[in-house]
Amino acid sequence: MNVLEFDHVTYTYPGASAPALDNATVQIEAGELVVLAGASGSGKSTLLRAASGLVPHFHGGAFAGRVVVAGMDTREHGVGELASVVGTLFQDPETQVVMGTVRAELAFPLENRGESPSTVARGVEEAALALGIAHLLDRPTGELSGGELQRAALGAALAGRPALVVLDEPTSQLDPVAGDELIGLLRRCNEDSDTTIVLAEHRLERCLGAADRVIALIDGRVACDARPDEFLAWAAGAATELQTPGAKLLSGVRTRPVPGVKRARTALRERGLLPEPIDQGGDSVPSPRTRTTARGGIVHRRRAPEPALEFTRVWHELPSGPTILRGATLSIRPGERVALMGRNGAGKSTLLRHAAGLMRPTRGRVRSAGRVALLLQNPNDYLIHETVSQEASPGALEAVGLAGPAFADRHPRDLSGGEKQRLALAIVLGDDVGAGAQRGAGADADADEGSVAVVCLDEPTRGMDRGRKGDLAQLLRGLDAAVLVATHDPEFAAAFADRVVLLADGAPIADGPVEQVLAGGTYFATETARILGGAGHALTPDEGLVVLEKLLAAEVIA
Amino acid sequence: MTYRPRSSPLHAARAGAACAYCLALAFAALTLSNPVALGAVTVAVGAAAIGAQVGSEVRRAALVALPLAMTIVLVNALVSRDGLTVIVRLGDLPVLGHTDITLEATAYGAILGLRAFTLILCGALYTTAVDPDQVLRLFRRVSFRSALTATLATRMVPVLVRDARRLTDAQRCRPGRPPSRVQLMRAATSGVLDRALDVAAALEVRGYGVAHRPPRSHKPYSRHDLHFAAAAAAVIALVAGARLGDLVPFHAYPSLYAPVGASVLGVSIGLLVCALLPFADRRGIER
Repeated sequence: MNVLEFDHVTYTYPGASAPALDNATVQIEAGELVVLAGASGSGKSTLLRAASGLVPHFHGGAFAGRVVVAGMDTREHGVGELASVVGTLFQDPETQVVMGTVRAELAFPLENRGESPSTVARGVEEAALALGIAHLLDRPTGELSGGELQRAALGAALAGRPALVVLDEPTSQLDPVAGDELIGLLRRCNEDSDTTIVLAEHRLERCLGAADRVIALIDGRVACDARPDEFLAWAAGAATELQTPGAKLLSGVRTRPVPGVKRARTALRERGLLPEPIDQGGDSVPSPRTRTTARGGIVHRRRAPEPALEFTRVWHELPSGPTILRGATLSIRPGERVALMGRNGAGKSTLLRHAAGLMRPTRGRVRSAGRVALLLQNPNDYLIHETVSQEASPGALEAVGLAGPAFADRHPRDLSGGEKQRLALAIVLGDDVGAGAQRGAGADADADEGSVAVVCLDEPTRGMDRGRKGDLAQLLRGLDAAVLVATHDPEFAAAFADRVVLLADGAPIADGPVEQVLAGGTYFATETARILGGAGHALTPDEGLVVLEKLLAAEVIA
Repeated sequence: MTYRPRSSPLHAARAGAACAYCLALAFAALTLSNPVALGAVTVAVGAAAIGAQVGSEVRRAALVALPLAMTIVLVNALVSRDGLTVIVRLGDLPVLGHTDITLEATAYGAILGLRAFTLILCGALYTTAVDPDQVLRLFRRVSFRSALTATLATRMVPVLVRDARRLTDAQRCRPGRPPSRVQLMRAATSGVLDRALDVAAALEVRGYGVAHRPPRSHKPYSRHDLHFAAAAAAVIALVAGARLGDLVPFHAYPSLYAPVGASVLGVSIGLLVCALLPFADRRGIER
């Protein structure tokens, strides 16, 4: 029996020139866990919003075709009525939690349906137990972390035991641990209660292993509707930007791609491409990664230059609150590209704010060789002018690829997510792009205040597709200034960074070259590194292929 | 200053009883004018805040309320033409004209200031000790949407404060001349509209659009529900009785009359006992 049916649905948002969904036909059966794949703007969110009735009832626009959810035609039933059969979870948990405590949040949809107090109480208890948030029930929602808030919102979506739950990038704001936990919870809910789940995600490697089916959208059209391994085989030829790193690695050795780390390892072993057991340390195989400077030259060891940014035993203790930074000591050389990783609440954002002078340490010292340009999480906060050309200097716009008449007169808020991110970066870079790193080394901070010595970015890849992340990584690698990026995304860190600093409880717990830190763990490791068990410190599929060749060659010789 | 669940008898009481308790104290503050009795109400509210473990929050509210109370005293002393006992002659002042400050106007200003101060403390006690979600549930049978709108409006304040702080931080990261206030205001307004749309969409998908009138709850009354409801009733009865029986007499004009007799002391002590007795029973308050 189908829980969700899209029958030739075409939908155009008000004022838009092109349809967001174009003749989409989809059938999803009860009990399936379906992943929606596609680049930003491909129509994933619109499809989910059509399933929950927000399209067209909330957003307006031109709607053609038919959407039926659990037997209810969305043209005849409003969002409120559909809420009894479809639970919805959006990307940003902060805007979808409306009540004061977790218990009230979970009870809210049931109370809206006019359920009896005992039914409400039971629904709340069951949702809380299913998601492991029973201990949070009486906590104020304002005090929850991002992961806890997302779980509370998911609990509210599940509380009424809907036939269908739709989720729009629910892990985009979570650290890898919380993200994996959420996907695991979804799989468990799907298995335990037969709830149908439709999940839109950019980081497919995180959820394909749990999926029954993948629907790929390109420009609002359904381009592929298949099992995860079939989807990966299709993506290898038709949409390489949707390939997971593991699938790329397998395709590179002409092996049929499969989802999940375990299955990828098995596939490699079955073809005799992965020796068993793999050297966990990876030291027996030399790393294929060559460490380079921003300009592409090989790094030569010489006397350490003055740091571009230096934290010396920095503490940040909130008045009547917790300690966020605990004696953090960190030094970043000019031109160095550093990824700052760690779970939610580890102190990454606070460290960046100290770098830019938005916060002052309660103890310790922060020094920089020039201006620190900080791009915070939400690029919209930087956009205050009417046109792109008014927002930043021509040089800065050129540096981020937004120069020229195509962008000059556009309204900043009309840009895509990735373009907004780049515009905000141009704004914080200011007029002197690139000057900082060349002149900044060893310069006095006060005397050289105008030049950019360090560019800091806080979670710049939230909600970005793989293509845009690649563009951003390339942009960051082209900057002359030192770069410090707080990120949860190991694939992105592997793409742009020379060095990774892992933060926990306000202090660095691991600090080293990217190939060492990201190849040696489970959560803070790339998919390639996990498949290869850290062998050769390979982080990307290309590096993985080089390592596999070396491993095989060594085995043949042996 | 927001509600947080705590282990206190007042937090353990249902919203209806806690609400009635705070309202009863506010009623006492509004009704009583005798300085001793009104002072007893202020003490009762402060002690209740300590008993409810929200002393530091209510103290912060008191620090905000104090300048307001002082202003009321000052303004009443300067503008009131009543009272016979002149304590300061200021002569002719611009705008105010001939100004004599009287003992009676000053004393009455002090009573008004103390009343405003106590009412603000009552508000702070309510905000920090009464669960707004339960209050919403309480009123949803009467007017669900109005209650929810009021709750959301209150909850949006800290969210918007966080947004404003974020916007300010982002603007501090801009090199060069800071943007004008108009530009900032425009950006903030569009951010608020985005926020409102997101919240509206979240409400829709939680079924707010078809919200039904909920069935009556039959949750059994706990000892704390009964204690605070009884305390509220006792305070109201005591204050109303004292007022009707003229047991706490006070008038400021034309000459000050504020006796401190046995009846005033009796009402004040009775009020303190009624208001604070429910805090003595601490069974079943752990969360």
